[in-house]
Amino acid sequence: MATTVLIVDDSKLARIVAGKAVAALQPDWGRVEAGNAEEAMARLEAGGIDLALLDYNMPGKDGLTLAAEMRALHPSMPIAVITANVQDEVIARARAVSAAFVPKPVTEEALRGFVSGAALRLRVGAR
Amino acid sequence: MTLPPSFTDEHVAGAVALSELERDALTELVNIGVSRAAASLRRMVGGEVLLSVPAIEIIPQATAATLIAEREGEDLVAVRQDFSGAFRGRALLLFPQSNGLELVRAVLGEDVAPEDAAEMEREALAETGNIILNGCLGTMANMLHRSLTMSLPQVLRGDGRSLLDAGGPASPEGLVLFLYINFAVRDRSIRGYIAMVMDMPSLGALKLLVGDFIERVMDDEMDVFPAAQG
Repeated sequence: MATTVLIVDDSKLARIVAGKAVAALQPDWGRVEAGNAEEAMARLEAGGIDLALLDYNMPGKDGLTLAAEMRALHPSMPIAVITANVQDEVIARARAVSAAFVPKPVTEEALRGFVSGAALRLRVGAR
Repeated sequence: MTLPPSFTDEHVAGAVALSELERDALTELVNIGVSRAAASLRRMVGGEVLLSVPAIEIIPQATAATLIAEREGEDLVAVRQDFSGAFRGRALLLFPQSNGLELVRAVLGEDVAPEDAAEMEREALAETGNIILNGCLGTMANMLHRSLTMSLPQVLRGDGRSLLDAGGPASPEGLVLFLYINFAVRDRSIRGYIAMVMDMPSLGALKLLVGDFIERVMDDEMDVFPAAQG
């Protein structure tokens, strides 16, 4: 089954940027989008999501809180939190829920490490 | 902050309107700028800086001033920097005046003598404002492929209305782009706003640059975010 990435950001433009970076690295991956944490959880519960890219600063629930909720449901799902806010506490909280940290604006280069690591973990997990 | 119900489209004749995607892109640019600036501030104050999502409104200047005045019962201290170049306007970092000394302690440490702290307050404020406002506007300008000139930071005291109005970029009735973000420092009684005000000609220029930015994002061949930024 094809790998599907969930991209969560309140900015449509930011979702486009992240989607393009994913497409450049993994052209075969499916991409689904959500504009906030509630939509993201609903999409996740609908099933078929293999990994997630979450914006940190969103109205309502932020990306780190969302990451913790997703982690509780999916202990081994690759999750990355995306932000330009590179404060130690933000990075530490991402680590605490085993989420990768990807600086914003998202570029192919910035995303490469997370995406190739996730692809490897998903292949190993599928065996 | 929401617009009064009486404020309808009829009032915005001559105003520059932003499309949904332009507003989205501008909010995202401000968000990235402020998030990076927060990371710089975190290194200065040694505590996590919490930010809200940026809000963008096109409203009369007097309404913007009222929004700030109404939310804050007490007097404010502001660090103000004007910027000019491809677009021009005014950026402010606003705190309740009572937060000033707490900020000095956060920046300089707890062992600063009270008499020294009072003396250092203006400098600490100016430096903090400079880091936040320059950081935010610099990141935005880089992402828009333009440069901005920033004036030296000025430390001012007064109520919300006077701080926004004094020699502002537009008349009180004139429409402005009003952009603001709430911030706070965790475990410290420090909170405030970052606000930016631009007049309509500047918003027109900014709209074009944001349009170019969106085009670069949509265009597969171009490098959207050159390494030089930040």
